[in-house]
Amino acid sequence: MTRKRLIHAINDALVEEMERDERVILIGEDVGASIFGDTRGLLARFGPDRVRDMPISEALMSGMAVGASAAGYRVVCHLMYANFIYTAFDAIANQAARLRLMTNGQIRLPVVFMAAGGGGRSNAGQHSDYPHMPVASLGGVYVATPSCSADAKGLLKTAIRTDDPVFFLQPTSRGGEMGDIPDGEHIVPLVSAKVLRSGDDVTIVAVGAMVRVASRAAEALAEDGISVEIVDPRTSYPLDQDTIIGSVRKTGRLVIVDEARSAGSIANQVAALVAEKAFSSLKAPIVPVTTRDLAIAYAPPLEKAMIPDADRVVDAVRMTLREIAP
Amino acid sequence: MIPNSTAAGSLDLLRTMLTIRKAEERLAGDFKAGLLPGPVHLYIGQEAVATGVCAQLDDCDWITSTHRGHGHFLAKGGDPKAMFAEIYGRSTGICGGFGGSMHVADVSKGILGANGIVGGGVALAAGAALAAQLDGEGHVGVCFFGDGAAAQGVLGEALNIAALWKLPLILVCENNGFSEFSPSSSVIAGDIFRRAEPYGIQSVRIDGNDIEAVAEAAGAAVERARNGGGCTLIEALTYRIHGHVEGENAFLKTRYREDEEVDSWRLKDPISRYGRLLEERGDIAVGKLSELEESIGKMINDAADAVADDPYPDSASLDRHELGAS
Repeated sequence: MTRKRLIHAINDALVEEMERDERVILIGEDVGASIFGDTRGLLARFGPDRVRDMPISEALMSGMAVGASAAGYRVVCHLMYANFIYTAFDAIANQAARLRLMTNGQIRLPVVFMAAGGGGRSNAGQHSDYPHMPVASLGGVYVATPSCSADAKGLLKTAIRTDDPVFFLQPTSRGGEMGDIPDGEHIVPLVSAKVLRSGDDVTIVAVGAMVRVASRAAEALAEDGISVEIVDPRTSYPLDQDTIIGSVRKTGRLVIVDEARSAGSIANQVAALVAEKAFSSLKAPIVPVTTRDLAIAYAPPLEKAMIPDADRVVDAVRMTLREIAP
Repeated sequence: MIPNSTAAGSLDLLRTMLTIRKAEERLAGDFKAGLLPGPVHLYIGQEAVATGVCAQLDDCDWITSTHRGHGHFLAKGGDPKAMFAEIYGRSTGICGGFGGSMHVADVSKGILGANGIVGGGVALAAGAALAAQLDGEGHVGVCFFGDGAAAQGVLGEALNIAALWKLPLILVCENNGFSEFSPSSSVIAGDIFRRAEPYGIQSVRIDGNDIEAVAEAAGAAVERARNGGGCTLIEALTYRIHGHVEGENAFLKTRYREDEEVDSWRLKDPISRYGRLLEERGDIAVGKLSELEESIGKMINDAADAVADDPYPDSASLDRHELGAS
């Protein structure tokens, strides 16, 4: 094991995959300067043919990523902040997500759209979204949501090797966090959830930066003798349904923590899944903990009040436990 | 000396234009007869553009096309039978019946597909041109788009990057006078070909119904692109004889053009014009044009008839395009 910051884990994944396959190219906003540090050093190492700073033209950038991948390259397209995916969306929604079916598989698109999403840094209303579900709703794009260094590395390496589009959504506020990464070749398959804490009383499904929030809540609850199981889907789309259902069947209680807004949260998908496939296991109503349906506010106390924190998760877990089994 | 200026080359151009015309006429009839499951946008009157441009390309060059894409598909070497089967929604179609008229594609011929999003092919072609540039084998990317797409911001974005990176990209604007159901004069400001000038990109406006003018302009642009000279914007003035979409009179309450205008353009028909020219020059015998019309008409009708009753795709074939299916 090696301890690394999440952002360096992403950098390692890019370096290893670009070393491994010379048809991997990286295009994006400020990939040379690398404001997050995830693409730092790549331009010097791989040269300006394979690492290209793009103008701030998201519609073009995402479309070029599709075109170049259709024409034989493995393209990593760095959009910088995840909100910019809205500007890039035509090529993702109408092209990337559609071409495989529309051409009957003549076109497969090994393209990764990567961006940093989520709040916690007072980046305000247009730089703080966590838009995994708008992309999930397309049906033709994998959505990877790493929460730690090891998963960031392993998921990105898999994403680059995948012949279909992947949206790799890294947590903006967690880039500096340290985590253990297995030495040697480290791959995490898509559509494989991780049970990162085993428990008996309540299942928490948490995504991205919310995994850490859920972990802190679980530790607090453990002091009161409440045993929480935490499931990190790691891929928001498609969901690893079996792992989620298996956990809920064991605990009978479910809290879902997502920093996306309630109106477009994965809580809706997971709740629907459990209602459909594990209804009889439920001992209490499912409780979502999500962000309010508002633009993310700037002032630190306002932002903090909007995005789920450990206290809200603790309250949600206690709420599920107050319900009496039928 | 322009490419295809030999008598044999001229005959090929005439044949290709007639192939497109006859295919579109067949589809117009099929639509009227209720044989097509979806909408079709016909290319009648614009055949010289696709034909003159694609005559300069080979299978390793990439094109992106538009919702009015049958002509590009056929001119780039797509198989008429496979195209008809696709438009009839049959499993034998070039895209297995998954794409239909607006998405005909044949990657083996460098046809990345027609595109239902106006301007949707611009960034894709720029990406394919980037791939061609990285390949370093002298191939090019060509984007066919309409005057309507000249109002899309991505065109400016593409011109910017094509100039910066000297992309082997040919942007072919087919100015047919209409942005869907609006005369372009009411929605498009300025001269489209001049949009390239501030970027330092070569551009030219030509008579798009004069196939030799198209072939000459495209030949120069392709040669420049193949030799590292970068991007060219060609604006080909032409006219759409049929409506935006077949059957539009059934839902349009008002006219957006006068019959006299359509008739005046019929007199400038690119096929009869070229046929007359070749006869005058003695490149083809008098009467050859009508002979060709008949034989190509028969070939097209035979192709369409041969697939008209092919089976629809099995609904189980949808499974093969789910993420995770290989």
